Amino acid sequence: MQPMPPSQPEIGILPVREASIVEAGKGAGIACDKHSAAGSVSQRACVFCGSRVVLYPIADALHLVHGPIGCAAYTWDIRGALSSGPQIHRNSFSTDLQEMDVIYGGEKKLYHALTELIDLYKPNAAFVYSTCIVGIIGDDVAAICKRVAAEKGIPVLPVNSEGFRGTKKDGYRAACEAVYKLVGTAPTEGIPPHSINILGDFNLAGETWIIRDYYQRIGVNVVSCITGDARVEDIRRAHGAKLNLVQCSGSMMHLAKVMERDYGIPVKRVSYFGIEDMSAALYETAKFFADDPTIMERAQALVRDEVALIWPQLRAYRAKLQGKKAAIYVGGAFKAFSLVRALKMLGMETAVVGSQTGGAEDYKQLQEMCDPGTIIVDDSNPLELAKFCLQKDVDLFIGGVKERPIAYKMGIGFCDHNHERKEPLAGFIGMLHFAREVYSSVMSPVWQFAPRRAAKLKGAQP
Amino acid sequence: MNVTSAIDNELDEPRFNHCTATRNACKLCTPLGACLVFRGIEGTIPFLHGSQGCSTYIRRYLISHFREPIDIAASNFSEESAVFGGASNFKAGVSNVIRQYQPKMVAVATTCLSETIGEDMDRIFHDYLKESWHEGHPHLIKVSTPSYSGTHIDGFHAAVRAAVAALALPGDRTRRVNLFPGMVSAADLRHLKEIADDFGLPYTLLPDYSESMDGETWSEYEKLQSGGTPIEAIHAAGCAQCSLEFGRTLADFPSAGRFLEERFNIPNRRLGLPIGLRETDALFEALEAASGLPTPAKYNKERGRLVDALIDGHKYVFEKRAIVYGEEDLVTGLAAFLAETGILPVLCASGGKSGRLERNLREVLPMLDERTRIHDGIDFAQIAELAESLKPDFIIGNSKGYALARKLGVPLIRVGFPIHDRIGGQRILHLGYRGAQALYDTIVNALLDVKQTSSPIGYSYL
Repeated sequence: MQPMPPSQPEIGILPVREASIVEAGKGAGIACDKHSAAGSVSQRACVFCGSRVVLYPIADALHLVHGPIGCAAYTWDIRGALSSGPQIHRNSFSTDLQEMDVIYGGEKKLYHALTELIDLYKPNAAFVYSTCIVGIIGDDVAAICKRVAAEKGIPVLPVNSEGFRGTKKDGYRAACEAVYKLVGTAPTEGIPPHSINILGDFNLAGETWIIRDYYQRIGVNVVSCITGDARVEDIRRAHGAKLNLVQCSGSMMHLAKVMERDYGIPVKRVSYFGIEDMSAALYETAKFFADDPTIMERAQALVRDEVALIWPQLRAYRAKLQGKKAAIYVGGAFKAFSLVRALKMLGMETAVVGSQTGGAEDYKQLQEMCDPGTIIVDDSNPLELAKFCLQKDVDLFIGGVKERPIAYKMGIGFCDHNHERKEPLAGFIGMLHFAREVYSSVMSPVWQFAPRRAAKLKGAQP
Repeated sequence: MNVTSAIDNELDEPRFNHCTATRNACKLCTPLGACLVFRGIEGTIPFLHGSQGCSTYIRRYLISHFREPIDIAASNFSEESAVFGGASNFKAGVSNVIRQYQPKMVAVATTCLSETIGEDMDRIFHDYLKESWHEGHPHLIKVSTPSYSGTHIDGFHAAVRAAVAALALPGDRTRRVNLFPGMVSAADLRHLKEIADDFGLPYTLLPDYSESMDGETWSEYEKLQSGGTPIEAIHAAGCAQCSLEFGRTLADFPSAGRFLEERFNIPNRRLGLPIGLRETDALFEALEAASGLPTPAKYNKERGRLVDALIDGHKYVFEKRAIVYGEEDLVTGLAAFLAETGILPVLCASGGKSGRLERNLREVLPMLDERTRIHDGIDFAQIAELAESLKPDFIIGNSKGYALARKLGVPLIRVGFPIHDRIGGQRILHLGYRGAQALYDTIVNALLDVKQTSSPIGYSYL
C-alpha cells in the first residue's frame, strides 16, 4: 500500500480545451460545436446516442439497432420516457452482428430480424439505427427498409446514426430526418384551430402529461408530442398544428425548421423548467393565438393558481438554500438557462455551467445571464468539472449519471436532471419537486462526514 | 399446488421464439469487460480505440452499478479516421490522456469500429512508441475486443491475459499464487484477499477493483481512484508457484493462467467460481496444497455455520424452482449451490456461448435430470417466454431480470452484474462459505416473505 502523496498535483487543462472554457463578464467567445478531442474523456456520447434519445419515446414503433450487441444493450430501458399505452420502445432489439456478418454483410440478418419482429410485436412503424460498422461493411440499410416497408405495410425508416459520423448533435439531426418522413402522411381533418406540437419534451417521469394538461386547460390542443409519449399516428398528422413549440432546441430545432419550411408552421423556443420559463411558455402560446383572448385569460389564471399552490413551500426552501452555490452540466444549453433561473429563484448562485452540445449563441446568452466570474464550459470532462467544483467550492452539482460520482466523491450534493430521473421536474409542480430535490441534496447531514467537508469543519473550529 | 397439477406442468413443454434479432440481451459487449479489468490495475486508465460513444455508454453502465467514477478515454474516431485509420487520433488521445491523468499505464482495448476497418494495432503501437517513448513513460498495453465476437466476459478474460502477457516477468519461483477470479464483485475480491492473507500466501490478484471501484469518499481529488493490482505484482506473476483461475468456461479459452503455464511453466489450476459448499471446498483444497497449511479454523467454522444454516432452512427451499441467468460461469456456480440446498434450477440460461455451459453444469451437477433446462446464447425475451410454463418460485441473476420477476410475480434475488436498481451491487458477496451463507439467507428470507405476504392469516412466527 502506497502512502498518499501529501498534496495532489494540480488538475491541468489540456491546451486543446482552453478555448472552450470562459468566464461570465469577460468578453471572449467560446469554442464549441467541435468534435471532442481524442483522449479528453468527454461526457458526450455519439451520433447513435443522439438519434436513439430523440426517437426512443415513440412508444408504438419498433426500434431495431443494427450492429453488434453493445449499442442496443446499453440503451435498454434506460430512460424515463413514459408511455400511456404501448411499451414496445422499452425493449432492446439488436441484429447482434457476429464476425461472419461483418465479413459477409448483415443485410440478410437485418431483413429477417425486421420482418420477424414486426410480425411478433405489430408496431405502427419501425426505425433501424445504423451503428459504427454498418456503413463500413457496406450494408444497404435503406434498401432493406424499403423492401420490408412494402412487404409489411408500415413505414420502416433508416436512421443514419453511425457513431463516428459527427457528434451527438448530428444524431439529433439524423433522427429528425427519419421522423420527418412520417410527418404529413395522414389527414389533418378534425384538428382544432388552436393546435400545437410539443417538440423536445421527453415525458420523463410523466412531464409531458403535466404540460399537456396545462395546454388543454388554457384551450390549446396538442396534436402530437413528437418526443414524449409519442405515437406514430399523431406524428403523421403533426403538420396539422398551427405552432411548433420546441424545448431542448438542440435536438428538435431541425425538425421544427423543416416543418416551417415545408408547411409554414412557425416555431417558438420554450422551456418548461422553473416558474418563469413555464409561465413564459404558456403566455407565448396564448399570444400566438391572440384571435381568442380567452386563451390568455385562462393562461394568466392558470399561472396564478399554480404559483399560489407552490409558492409558500418554495419560500420555505429558499430560506434554507439562500446563498448556496451550484454547478450545472447538462446535455443541451437551453436547459441550462432554465436551471440558472430556477436556482436564482431558490436564492442560489450558479458558479459553473456547461453543456455537451450548446451552440455559440447559447453560450453568449449564458455569459450574459450569469454573474461575473461564473465558469462557462463546452464539452467538458470529469477532471475539468472536478477542478471547477473545487475551485468554486459548490454545494450542489446538477447533471446526469456520469457526473453523479464526481460530485459524491468530493462530498458535494447532486441533483439528477437527466433522462433517468424519476421525479417530474417540469411545470409548476415540477419546480416544487426540483426545490425539494435540491433541498434534500444540499441539506442532508451526510456531507459533514465527507473527508473534505469534515476537514473544513474542523479547521473552522476555534 | 397439488401433485397432479405439478405433473401437468412438467408435461407442458416450455418453448421460446427463435428470433433472428436479439431481444433484451443477456450479455454485454466485449470492451466493457476489458475496461473493468483495466480499472482493476493500479494507476491504469482504460482507453478505447473507436468512437466516443462506446466509452460513454460503458462508463454510464459501470457507474450505475458501482456508483464510482470510472474514466475511460477514447480515440474519438471521426469520419476521417474511419476512412484513413485512427493512428493520429490514437496518438493525440494517448498523449492527452497521459498529460491529464499521469497514469502508470494506458490500457487500450479495440472496438468493433477499429477492428472492422482493420486497424493494425501492432503497427500503431510501434509507431507511437518509436516517436513518443521516453524514460518514465507509462506502460502501454493492448487487447483486441471486437464486440461482434463473444461477450463482455470474453473481453474480461482477454484483458487479464493481455495484462499478464505484456507485464509478467520470468524469474526464480516464489511462493506467490496467481489468482484470476473472473468477473466477481468488489466484496468478493476483498474476501479472496482476506483468504489468501489468512493462508499466509503472497498473491497476485488480477484484476482487483475492490478498492478502485468501491472506495471511500475522497479527501483530495483522485484523478484515477487508488487501489488495483499493483503493476509490480503483475511482473511477479511470472515467478509464481501456481495460478488458480476461476471459471470452467476457461477450459477452451486462451486465459492468463494458460499463458503463464505455456510461457513460464507455471502450473495452472482451473476451478469453478467458488460459490456454495463444494466449489468453495475445491478452492480451499487448492490453497491448502499451495500453502502446505491446513485451512484456517475461521473458515472451517464458516463452513460449519453454512451447513447448519442449510439444515435450518431446508424445508423452506426444497424443490423450489429457480431460473438462473447471467454469465455462464456465474450460472454454473449458482446452480451448483442451489442444487446443494435442495432447490431445483429449472432453467440455467446465459447470453454467453462458449459452447461449454451444459458440459460444465453436468460436471458440477452429475445428478441433473430433464427437469433442468440449459440454454446458452439466449436473451431475456426468450427466458421470459420459457418462464411462462416453467413456473419458477424465484429468479436469480442481475437486475436486468427485474421486468421478468415483476411479470411472474416472483422474487428476484439480485446477484452478479449489473445491479442497476439497488445500491450496493458491488458489495454483494457471492464467493466462499461466507458468500454462500449470505446468498442462502437472502434466498430463504425472500421465499419466507412470499409465504408470509401471500398468506391470508399473516403469520408473525414462521
